[in-house]
Amino acid sequence: MFPVLHNEPLAPQLHRMVIRAPRIAAARKAGQFVMVRADQGEERIPLTIGDADAEQGTITLYIQANGSSTRRIVATPAGGTLRDIAGPLGMATEIENWGRVACVGGGVGTAVLYPMAKALAAAGNNITTVIGGRSDQYIILAEELADFSDQVKITTEDGSLGRQGFVTAELESLIADPGTTPQAVFAVGPVPMMRAVAEQTRPHGIKTVVSLNPIMIDGTGMCGGCRVEVNGEPLFACVDGPEFDGHAVNFSVLADRLTMYERHDGPCRLA
Amino acid sequence: MTTSLSNKERLEIPRGKMPAQDPEKRSRNFREVNLGLDLHAARLEAQRCLDCRTRPCVDGCPVGVAIPEFITALADGNLPTAAKALQQHNALPAICGRVCPQESQCEARCVRAVKGKPVAIGHLERFVADWALQRDVSDNAPRVPESGKKVAVAGCGPAGLTVAGELVRLGHEVTIFEALHDTGGVLRYGIPEFRLPKRIIDIEVARLTRQGVQIECNVIIGKTLSLEQLRRDYDAVYIANGAGLPMMLGIPGENLKGVYAANEYLTRVNLMGAGQNIEATTPIIKGKKVAVIGGGNTAMDCVRTARRLGADKALIVYRRGETEMPARIEEVHHAKEEGIEFVLLTSPLAVLGDEKGWVTALRCQKMELGDADESGRRRPMPVEGGEYDLEVDVVFNALGTRANPLLTATAPDLKLNRWGNIESDENGATSLPGVFAGGDIVRGGATVILAKGDGKQGAAAIDSYLRQKE
Ligand SMILES: Cc1cc2nc3c(=O)[nH]c(=O)nc-3n(C[C@H](O)[C@H](O)[C@H](O)COP(=O)(O)OP(=O)(O)OC[C@H]3O[C@@H](n4cnc5c(N)ncnc54)[C@H](O)[C@@H]3O)c2cc1C
Ligand SMILES: Cc1cc2nc3c(=O)[nH]c(=O)nc-3n(C[C@H](O)[C@H](O)[C@H](O)COP(=O)(O)OP(=O)(O)OC[C@H]3O[C@@H](n4cnc5c(N)ncnc54)[C@H](O)[C@@H]3O)c2cc1C
Ligand code: SF4
Ligand code: SF4
Ligand code: FES
Repeated sequence: MFPVLHNEPLAPQLHRMVIRAPRIAAARKAGQFVMVRADQGEERIPLTIGDADAEQGTITLYIQANGSSTRRIVATPAGGTLRDIAGPLGMATEIENWGRVACVGGGVGTAVLYPMAKALAAAGNNITTVIGGRSDQYIILAEELADFSDQVKITTEDGSLGRQGFVTAELESLIADPGTTPQAVFAVGPVPMMRAVAEQTRPHGIKTVVSLNPIMIDGTGMCGGCRVEVNGEPLFACVDGPEFDGHAVNFSVLADRLTMYERHDGPCRLA
Repeated sequence: MTTSLSNKERLEIPRGKMPAQDPEKRSRNFREVNLGLDLHAARLEAQRCLDCRTRPCVDGCPVGVAIPEFITALADGNLPTAAKALQQHNALPAICGRVCPQESQCEARCVRAVKGKPVAIGHLERFVADWALQRDVSDNAPRVPESGKKVAVAGCGPAGLTVAGELVRLGHEVTIFEALHDTGGVLRYGIPEFRLPKRIIDIEVARLTRQGVQIECNVIIGKTLSLEQLRRDYDAVYIANGAGLPMMLGIPGENLKGVYAANEYLTRVNLMGAGQNIEATTPIIKGKKVAVIGGGNTAMDCVRTARRLGADKALIVYRRGETEMPARIEEVHHAKEEGIEFVLLTSPLAVLGDEKGWVTALRCQKMELGDADESGRRRPMPVEGGEYDLEVDVVFNALGTRANPLLTATAPDLKLNRWGNIESDENGATSLPGVFAGGDIVRGGATVILAKGDGKQGAAAIDSYLRQKE
């Protein structure tokens, strides 16, 4: 049993939850995730560890509640418990001092991006964060990201906040100016967004890391359900990833496999 | 009330049949297929045993179960003695009686197999074990005084459970760390309810925890806690994290929707209850026409599960012949009775799909058996012009697994073989002092009884290691 200490809505359907999980908090590195099962009979789903406090023994999750499992998790109030949390799983983000790094996040992907960006900043990188969403109320973690980013750029599809359009427009401007061209790009968001970013950086040979979100079940490398195609090879996102070289990922396979249970309960949001 | 039959009389008793649920009915439910013998049938079967002095059957059992002893006690109607004799060498007989490949182990060596049918050792083992389970006559071997030593076990499958049970009996404090949210390993997430009811795993696990074994789920060694941490905090460590990573087909179309690795499908159904319990929220694709690629136990479990979830057409596609199938004979038998079709000497070439990415067919290649390969099995060779398509909507890959690198990748000093399995000596000792290993992580995909044999041997080795250390 894992006690929920805080649970607050940040944006429509997006919750931040702080949970007591001392061992995970102590072992966790940026880029890793946990498998959460709210209760008996519930699904196991992967969620990125947004932040952790080893001293307090807590982890922070950012959850977009659209489907049945995520809704069930965010319905657990502070004072309640989640039955099973296993982790930290996956490989940690490859942290280096690349120099200038662009961190690009879309939708709930921004929550997945947050710990990566924080760790990259701590390693001495100059960070430009670009976050996007449908409208201003979907822009999350802008202040938290501003704490360590050299600049934060915002795009919304309806123009209600920041530049109107997609994150790729901001990234294009960054790449076009030799004074701001990033040495590395980290992109997390819907599959079409990550694919678009990878296509943008490919001609310039800019290192591009994406965090993939295939459907998972065990998260420990046992079932093969999370397989993704990277460089034409099948890799397991839960043990080999979830971060991969954006130029080597077959995004079509990922996008397609994410629709496997679409009929089940609402559309997927990251994809 | 000793039954004093002559050998001639014993030889005249025909091998009894295991009563089973009606195939038509059972192919629509998840209840256990085999119903178990009643006392009369069990004693009659037990009387077929000749109580051979040379005990060839025992040599066929990887853990050396006292077969003639438990069977003669059963024939005499002395069930407490039978149970004791059985449990002496096998801590989880209710499981082995159900899932051991008896036909290639104990029963293969039975003298009665020479001319006719072997004694149904597995069925008798199950009978005695179930009798004991109901009464909880766990052998009350006197516990030795507490040693004050602590042992950590990684993995709660048959190897981990066995090593833990033995070690608490030897007076050590034992904690099992399990990556998943539940116990049992493959026994729970792999082998379906209709072959091994989860109730039996629960009873066995409860018995171990009563004896003092501590089990912590949701702890992944190599991730939540490192092997180094365990070595620091415990006096010895046993690694029993099983096989992992399914092997991929490596054919076009493998990523289409409706292609499952067997482990994923079985986990969804067995561990998460998908398709089985109405309240379970884990989704699953129920095929109407399914093909399972492979010929082992995993393949049989998959195809029979799909059948129970409503497949009208359920096929086994295997590249060799039926006699080469590694699955237990009983499972092949049961599968056939349940209407599973066997497409033998057939290799998959590609999975075909529609424009939306869903499976529509499996492209196959007819094979014939050529010369024997290194393993002594005849190598399947493609038949010219033997290409054709099987119309299906779900394809399962049951090719087997590779070693799971999750733990070993974080322990660079631990010596592995070239397949990534942990190297250990006959006692289970690895290249790291105080670290022992057994089960599938050492052997590759093997059997429940071998995993348990390893656990038993490992416990003895850990015990002497700990006592030496004193
Ligand atoms: C490594 C990783 C990290 C993730 N981190 C986060 C995070 O920090 N915050 C967050 O809100 N979400 C995150 N996700 C996505 C999250 O796991 C899914 O949104 C969730 O499983 C959907 O479950 P549901 O029942 O609420 O949705 P439903 O739409 O009802 O899901 C139906 C089925 O599809 C699967 N599914 C649907 N969409 C996804 C998806 N995008 N990814 C994986 N499985 C999906 C579900 O497991 C379920 O089986 C992450 C995914 C991965 C792989
Ligand atoms: C579908 C199927 C059917 C089978 N049928 C039969 C049969 O009929 N008869 C037979 O004899 N054999 C059968 N087998 C084979 C048999 O189940 C295995 O050989 C046996 O379970 C191996 O036992 P084990 O203890 O080594 O590992 P497992 O049973 O695999 O258990 C390992 C446990 O360790 C956990 N784990 C993994 N990594 C970690 C980690 N890093 N930290 C903590 N825990 C971890 C796993 O979650 C798992 O619970 C079958 C196998 C399958 C897949
Ligand atoms: S443990 Fe398995 S091999 Fe040994 S006697 Fe029992 S059924 Fe036979
Ligand atoms: S070999 Fe067969 S007949 Fe002989 S003791 Fe063993 S089970 Fe009985
Ligand atoms: S989720 Fe099962 S192998 Fe990755």
